[in-house]
Amino acid sequence: MAKRIDVSGLTAFYGSHKAIEDISMTVEPRSVTAFIGPSGCGKSTFLRTLNRMHEVTTGGRVEGKVLLDDEDLYGAGVDPVNVRRTIGMVFQRPNPFPTMSIFDNVAAGLRLNGSYKKSELNAIVEKSLKGANLWNEVKDRLNKPGSGLSGGQQQRLCIARAIAVEPQVLLMDEPCSALDPISTLAIEDLIGELKERFTIVIVTHNMQQAARVSDRTAFFNLAAVGQPGKLVEIDETERIFSNPSVQATEDYISGRFG
Amino acid sequence: MSTTTIAKPASLRGARLPRWTPAVVALGSAAVAVAIGTVAGLDSRIQWGLIAAVLFIVASYAVAVAVEGGRQAKDRLATSLVWVTFLLAVVPLASLVFETVERGSTVFNGYFLTHSMGVVADDEPGGGIYHAILGTLEQVLLASVIAVPIGMLTAIYLVEYGRGKLAKVVTFFVDVMTGIPSIVAGLFVLSFWILILGFDFSGWAGAMALAILMMPVVVRSTEEMLKLVPNELREASLALGIPKWRTILKVVLPTAIGGITTGVMLAVARIAGETAPVLLLVWVNPMINTNPFEGSQASLPLYIYQQYAAGNQAGYDRAWAAALALIGFIMILNLAARGVARWKAPKTGR
Repeated sequence: MAKRIDVSGLTAFYGSHKAIEDISMTVEPRSVTAFIGPSGCGKSTFLRTLNRMHEVTTGGRVEGKVLLDDEDLYGAGVDPVNVRRTIGMVFQRPNPFPTMSIFDNVAAGLRLNGSYKKSELNAIVEKSLKGANLWNEVKDRLNKPGSGLSGGQQQRLCIARAIAVEPQVLLMDEPCSALDPISTLAIEDLIGELKERFTIVIVTHNMQQAARVSDRTAFFNLAAVGQPGKLVEIDETERIFSNPSVQATEDYISGRFG
Repeated sequence: MSTTTIAKPASLRGARLPRWTPAVVALGSAAVAVAIGTVAGLDSRIQWGLIAAVLFIVASYAVAVAVEGGRQAKDRLATSLVWVTFLLAVVPLASLVFETVERGSTVFNGYFLTHSMGVVADDEPGGGIYHAILGTLEQVLLASVIAVPIGMLTAIYLVEYGRGKLAKVVTFFVDVMTGIPSIVAGLFVLSFWILILGFDFSGWAGAMALAILMMPVVVRSTEEMLKLVPNELREASLALGIPKWRTILKVVLPTAIGGITTGVMLAVARIAGETAPVLLLVWVNPMINTNPFEGSQASLPLYIYQQYAAGNQAGYDRAWAAALALIGFIMILNLAARGVARWKAPKTGR
């Protein structure tokens, strides 16, 4: 199910402000790609351009190409709703729907997109919660509100919600930044399992996390505040962390700036 | 080069007045105020109360300065100001409710609620408000049927879709509508519906004017509630590939529905007490008229006005009893709104 993403010459704007400029990269299927870089360098903006969530923000505008296998996400006649069904997203702060139960939260993407039989839904919800390593903790209280869970559980609930619609790519925007080390570990383990089935892109501020979970790492940087962010380099994670080809990457990773 | 050091307190403990101080100060200032009032021959209880209030504020500040020091005294001053202003706001309200219950209960009974004024002359006792309750209910219901959907859809447009000029224009006109005096709304419908189009006076005509008054209130309150829904929820839903309209319908509205209901109920309460447009458009009718689309009707605020204007004891009694019924009606609406808001509020329980 997993698909490859080819980005070429991508530039994104907020109104007249250019947030990222001329980014080209390839995201391999069935692998984890991590985005690292200083705050404000456009990692999250770039991530959001990959499933057309960037244009949801007021003034959000994109130039360039994003090919999912061979289809351009920004081509004429492409429905952003279909793009987002194919490329799921997990956000920085856990955001379960407050009016819905745990079950309804996981089923939301399916139910609000079409009609399913109760038995089908039950099976998918169970599979997704198991996939998010949450099933054992919530199986006895599926009808309780999702907002009653702990932060780490809520984030795994959001992951279950995202994988329930069987996307081909899963984008994660700093999914562990609001979580404690134990929940973080649970989610990192989960990412390791999910990459068997999905293409995963993760934005993180935690370099150890990038080193632990990702196969490839992309380093973003910006020349100065107010300047657009740019992709400095993307390579195998091992190479980025041991022997990067650009000096700035080494400086950032070893903590000499940023 | 000199460094100034901040004086450190010798102990972490400060002198504190006992917990019962405010109560004692309040009782003391009330007693002194009564004494001053009696001696000076002030016969208005309001004057006594104001003297007591001023004394309470001054005394609690003075006591706190003497014992606890400046910062605590300012805290006490603010607290006593809050209490005094709270009482100043509550006293008229309580006295209004008390007065209405006392005077209204003389003729307020089952007969009064279930009979009209059909065969009762204005200066005779008897009769009731059944026709007026019916009229108010129908007019308010019709007004809500017009105003609530339009108001809610306008608010959804403004919050979820509105960008640029059109949204600004709509917002501006909603603001303008908020400021329309009810008599002007009534005159507008009168000239348009009755004088130009030639329709008759009816509950429906009144309902249209009430809807004009209700709409901006619904728009404003719904708008505020929709703005409270975190953007993260919209994004979470959109990122699942759920279309925007379903996101609004299934995620945004359910999250805000408690607050929206409260707003709508308050808007209903606001128009249920309107007299001017009803006077112009519904006219008056002492008989029961169940059809709001034909012929004049009655309504509670209009009934109160009319009974008072009749200028005799039987009329005054009926006016007070009808006022009691109107207050009760609005209170029930408000309680229902709170109930719905609590029932529909997003659950946080574990």
